[in-house]
Amino acid sequence: MARAATTRRKTFNTIVSWSIGLLIFFPILWIIVLSFKSEGDAIRTPLEVLTSAWSFDSYSVVQNRSDYFKHFSNSVIVAVGSTLLGILVAVPAAWSMAFVPSKRTRGILMWMLSTKMLPAVGVLYPIYLLCIELGVLDSRIALVVILMLINLPIIVWMLYTYFKEIPGEILEAARMDGATLRSELLYVLTPMAIPGIASTILLNVILAWNEAFWTLNLTAAKAAPLTAFIASYSSPEGLFYAKLSAASVMAIAPILIMGWFSQKQLVRGLTFGAVK
Amino acid sequence: MATQHSRSAARIMMAPAVIVLLGWMLVPLMMTLYFSFKKYLPLRGGDLGWVGFENYARFVSSSSFWPAVATTLIIVGSVLVITVVLGILLAILLDQPMWGQGYVRILVIAPFFVMPTVSGLVWKNMFMDPVNGFFAHLWRAFGAEPIQWLSQASMPSIVMIVSWQWLPFATLILLTAIQSLDTEQVEAAEMDGAKPFGRFLYIVLPHLARAITVVILIQTIFLLSIFAEIFVTTAGAFGTKTLTYLIFQRVLESQNVGLGSAGGVYAIILANIVAIFLMRIVGKNLDR
Repeated sequence: MARAATTRRKTFNTIVSWSIGLLIFFPILWIIVLSFKSEGDAIRTPLEVLTSAWSFDSYSVVQNRSDYFKHFSNSVIVAVGSTLLGILVAVPAAWSMAFVPSKRTRGILMWMLSTKMLPAVGVLYPIYLLCIELGVLDSRIALVVILMLINLPIIVWMLYTYFKEIPGEILEAARMDGATLRSELLYVLTPMAIPGIASTILLNVILAWNEAFWTLNLTAAKAAPLTAFIASYSSPEGLFYAKLSAASVMAIAPILIMGWFSQKQLVRGLTFGAVK
Repeated sequence: MATQHSRSAARIMMAPAVIVLLGWMLVPLMMTLYFSFKKYLPLRGGDLGWVGFENYARFVSSSSFWPAVATTLIIVGSVLVITVVLGILLAILLDQPMWGQGYVRILVIAPFFVMPTVSGLVWKNMFMDPVNGFFAHLWRAFGAEPIQWLSQASMPSIVMIVSWQWLPFATLILLTAIQSLDTEQVEAAEMDGAKPFGRFLYIVLPHLARAITVVILIQTIFLLSIFAEIFVTTAGAFGTKTLTYLIFQRVLESQNVGLGSAGGVYAIILANIVAIFLMRIVGKNLDR
């Protein structure tokens, strides 16, 4: 009797949850559908869209536009480059704060967090001007550096919370056994820190990939990553639903897949360890 | 315990991160402050000298300032209410036993990973377009006149798009918090005869209080500076010009850098007020 009741409840939960889940996911599902249609079919009524012919045409059209892959590779270079550069700067800092904490550690961490809260628009012109003066407006290097600086507080914080979880006794034991700072870092700490570093990289590639303030304002034709390239569809000519859908699907698919793997890290990274 | 040697090594290791962030914060901030006290029009005469607080006064007294403040507050407020309320309900629902829980969670959090320009454009064209959009077809199927979403109902449309993007974030964080709830406590309350609503009000909600605060503060900081969603949909027209967008227009479109910089200083102050509260909560967590 009790089991029948719980099964019924479970069925009810399942139906309601799946309906809501599909409703929320629907816009993404719909552009996936539209991306496999011809331009003429893509603007018909939803029923006609579903029953019309399927094709890969939009994908080949978008790929044949010589610039799509340029923008795609801009996105890859900027997202991966800024993240790796950030890791390079952040790992030593987070390591020292987690294992050799001083009176100032807390203050420094909080201060780093506060730089993340600076609204980008408040410093838009100075950055724009500096880019012009340095001759790096519309260049990938400028985006790599700026996105690295934007995400550095999150990278340091995430690494710090991961490093904090590595038991200090292990390091002491290594020290007792006469390990030098270098071998301590290389053979004891690194293997234990790899999972945390990997999750940090994952989340920050996602954040950098989707960043859409600096990428829109500091790039034109040359260095524009996908965020800016796709924004150029906002004043389109002619029929473009299928092409926009195909371009969008290709732009979000890699991140969607990475994102699904990083759900847990997302919470930790975006709440600065305040919710675990 | 830590030796003098390791302390100085630690300081050196920290130096690069601290120095670059310090530069990133101070240099542009100083420049913004500097420009905010100047009449500076790069395309129309360049630097026209010091003007004291004139830019600050003009920015606030311009006819677009208060509407922009109102728009910003309405967007931030509405999105917060929608995402937090629906987020709590969804988190509770997703915490129940069901089949395919992991898959539903994947569906629900997906919008968070869609880049802002894509979600803005997809909603604008494929859904809200008054001729070919999904909603237009739907409305016509029921014999109704399609709505001109982004012009006639511009604010609800923007709120809807932004809520769609942030609901996954709120849900995911609240779900994580709910899962750390002590089930024994809930079961004990159940045995004592607490009704579902009572259990929610006196056990679940207090447990979630901290996570809700965190969601509100973090979202506020991000929502105060939403840009791309407005850039690709209405470009600030139809009463959707936020403070961020207004400053962007002053600085880059009309190239009135002094005035825009004064606006930027206001935006920084506004964000700092929110940030202080967030920092307090995060800081408390550091001590534990």
